[in-house]
Amino acid sequence: MNRPLDRVTGARGATRRETLAVGATLAGGALVVACSPADILAIGAKNDFGAFGPFIKIGPDGWVTVVCKHIEFGQGTHTGLAAIVAEELDADWDRVKTEAAIANAKVYANSMMGVQGTGGSSAIPNSWMQLRTAGAAARAMFVQAAAKRWKAPAGDLTVQNGIVTHMPSGKQAAFADLLADAAKVKPPQSPQLKDPRNFTLIGTQRVRRKDAAIKTTGQAVFTQDIHLPNMLTAMVAHPPKFGAKVVSFDDSAARKVPGVVDVFQIPTGVAVTAQNTWAARQGRDALKVHWDLSKAETASTDQLGKLYGDLAAGRAQPQGKARWQPFASKGAAGAPVTGGPAVEITYDFPYLAHAAMEPMNCVAIVNGQSCHLIHGSQSPTLDQLNAAKIVGNLPGNIQVDTLYAGGSFGRRTNFQSDYVAEAVHVAKHVGGGRPVKLVWAREDDMRAGYYRPLVHHAVRVTLDANGMPAAWRHRIVSQSIMKGSPMGTPKLDSTSVEGAQDSPYLKATPTVDGQLLSTDVGVPVLWWRSVGATHSAFVMEHTVDQLAKAAGKDPVDYRRALYAKAGANRHLAVLNLAAEKAGWGSTPPEGWTRGVAVHESFGSVVAQVAEVKLQDGEPKVGRVVTAIDCGIVVAPDQVAAQMEGGTCLGLAAALFGRIGMKDGEVQQANFDGYRVLRNSEAPTVETYFVASNNPPSGVGEPGTPVIAPAVANALLAMGQPATTSLPFVKA
Amino acid sequence: MATTLQINGKAVGVAAAPDTPLLWVLRDELLMTGTKYGCGIAQCGACTVLSDGQPIRSCQTPISAVASTKITTIEGLGGLHPVQQAWQKLDVPQCGYCQSGQIMSAVALLQQKPQPTDDDISAAMDGNICRCGTYQRIRAAIKAAAGLPQAPTNPPPLATPPAAAKV
Repeated sequence: MNRPLDRVTGARGATRRETLAVGATLAGGALVVACSPADILAIGAKNDFGAFGPFIKIGPDGWVTVVCKHIEFGQGTHTGLAAIVAEELDADWDRVKTEAAIANAKVYANSMMGVQGTGGSSAIPNSWMQLRTAGAAARAMFVQAAAKRWKAPAGDLTVQNGIVTHMPSGKQAAFADLLADAAKVKPPQSPQLKDPRNFTLIGTQRVRRKDAAIKTTGQAVFTQDIHLPNMLTAMVAHPPKFGAKVVSFDDSAARKVPGVVDVFQIPTGVAVTAQNTWAARQGRDALKVHWDLSKAETASTDQLGKLYGDLAAGRAQPQGKARWQPFASKGAAGAPVTGGPAVEITYDFPYLAHAAMEPMNCVAIVNGQSCHLIHGSQSPTLDQLNAAKIVGNLPGNIQVDTLYAGGSFGRRTNFQSDYVAEAVHVAKHVGGGRPVKLVWAREDDMRAGYYRPLVHHAVRVTLDANGMPAAWRHRIVSQSIMKGSPMGTPKLDSTSVEGAQDSPYLKATPTVDGQLLSTDVGVPVLWWRSVGATHSAFVMEHTVDQLAKAAGKDPVDYRRALYAKAGANRHLAVLNLAAEKAGWGSTPPEGWTRGVAVHESFGSVVAQVAEVKLQDGEPKVGRVVTAIDCGIVVAPDQVAAQMEGGTCLGLAAALFGRIGMKDGEVQQANFDGYRVLRNSEAPTVETYFVASNNPPSGVGEPGTPVIAPAVANALLAMGQPATTSLPFVKA
Repeated sequence: MATTLQINGKAVGVAAAPDTPLLWVLRDELLMTGTKYGCGIAQCGACTVLSDGQPIRSCQTPISAVASTKITTIEGLGGLHPVQQAWQKLDVPQCGYCQSGQIMSAVALLQQKPQPTDDDISAAMDGNICRCGTYQRIRAAIKAAAGLPQAPTNPPPLATPPAAAKV
């Protein structure tokens, strides 16, 4: 459960001394190094945690609350985080609940990011040791309290299901009984952690979602559900093209809509505030806005795709500051393309919208410099930074309450905190601490950009006498997601090349020439579940099947040889497991053809064998056998759920996903134009695990990118031509 | 002009104009927020409620059209409905945002077809989008609620502790 929502307290004030100190630090520039970014952000934030620290609360009723620093938006993270604590604490899993942490980068930073945020499938991996330690420390405090009470050596005590037992005498005490004494024990800094072989909860089917009941009864609270006293609901008329600005607007009709309270301009458009959502929507739709399009983006996606292809082929030269940058390079420079048969192919990928079920929204309460945000915050730290700039406060003073979010797939965090900033601008104009709920219609959400970039790959591979890759030339053209990062735009955007750069196939190829061209287009782009792998996995895996075909080899055997050469043992293990469970090599069911793909992302390796047929000209995917190596499996059923869900999202994009633009105008606005996967189109995904003693690696994203190439490879095996662009189904 | 609606067995007076979509009356006036907005054009099914047992998209239904019908929302199922229990047993939800609509569509399906075929499930559920991709579990939960045998297509994932895993 999330925290109760009736606390509308405004900002927690920093002391004057703290404010001055940080003001000087921020202004002084050079002094910033004295403080980590987390320190700067945290100043002003509350730090009075209970006896068991910032992650664990235990109530007088013995219930354990695990405070989750990561947002729950479907991926099961709250359940997994709670299970890690419960395992080391030896708590009663049926009396463990979860709540979302407040924004406090010093305490709740993602150790893989340095700021508080969820992404990169890192929630469980970065919390693994932190929460095991927190759970084990709390357990030790209960053991010590009981040892003192019973005057017994701690070694004679055991803990199980929240009950401490003195083994020689059989005396027992529950956490609730020992709570007051345990809270007085000094938490050990390095408590003894369990040997993973002794885990009793982690890795079992007992780890079930903590939010299933409230999410099947309508009780889970999302941003859209917030109603606060005196709250206004706001909608904004957004520009028809990226970069357009308001010149003037006629609000006479909007103001006549019953329930409309006010109409005013903000940096991103014209805002309508109203007593309820329907009035805000009607008022917004009644606005007549005159836009200045002189600096607006005018690109059409067809032209952009052609330009990228010309750039990759050398038919066009990079403009401005753009330069080709090597991302993988070895062997003879400019190695001649000779030898065995070559595979030469290009691939085009469209812009993709995240299209989470809950359109973007945020509750903001601004009173002077104080600012309180209530929403599904994927990156509280970025939201604090961006809100602080608008209200003129310190980031650590921006209060953020994180709710469940109706999906995200990456959309709810970006360097500008786009929809959050918009909410803060509206609430600032309203002022006086009056709550404002900014809501986007589906159309606002789909046309706001922050898409997976449009990407072009050009690949040319020659084979040696044995049919193995001898030289691999690779060109990638894409906008950079990392442009505009507060940490500075990186020289080489690794998110554009991940999955290709680190591919075992390049490792197994003697001569490699991989280069990236980052383009500059006025369309905001963003990470989209599995990020670079959304395209690189397709390119590498579909190319490899074409190489196997050219070499006259079975795609699974061909991969085995490449993995052996590259020393990619984890790839080999998932491939073998998926191939075995799918019956690779046996005759598939009548009418179906199998395709295989393997990809590593976020530290985990996933192999899939998909059974595919063509039905009314569209690929239909039936059984999908999945094998994953994600280290120690915390919540097996939730990993399976992520493989099922990731496969569906990846398949939706592969089959239908495409945002098109014409003269700068986005052509899709809602689910009628942006087709997504529906129930009868969903495959049946089976999930198998490769046993591992490694710490947990990513799960939320690695299941997404593998299905598209598996389908393309099945089509290839059917005798269809190689797939050179997605989506498969052209509108 | 006030309208009286029959919601979850109770007569409820609402102040909204008769052409106001039922969705916004439920959510903003009656604060029954279990029913969700997803698209506003009857494409996604997140706003599904029952009107005399039939699934309707409340985002496209003015309250004047349902003034004389019996409306059932997710809140009206009570929490122990067999469909809700099946959903919980199989941990169907991920983000959960679409699930109220999914459940209402499933409830209507099972009222009309207590033993639905795969094609029946497709026809009844294809109007409800889930971007998290819980479709496979939705199908399984509908069959479980109907007491139908589960297709043995998805073997349970290995529950073996890592060090003892057999794979």
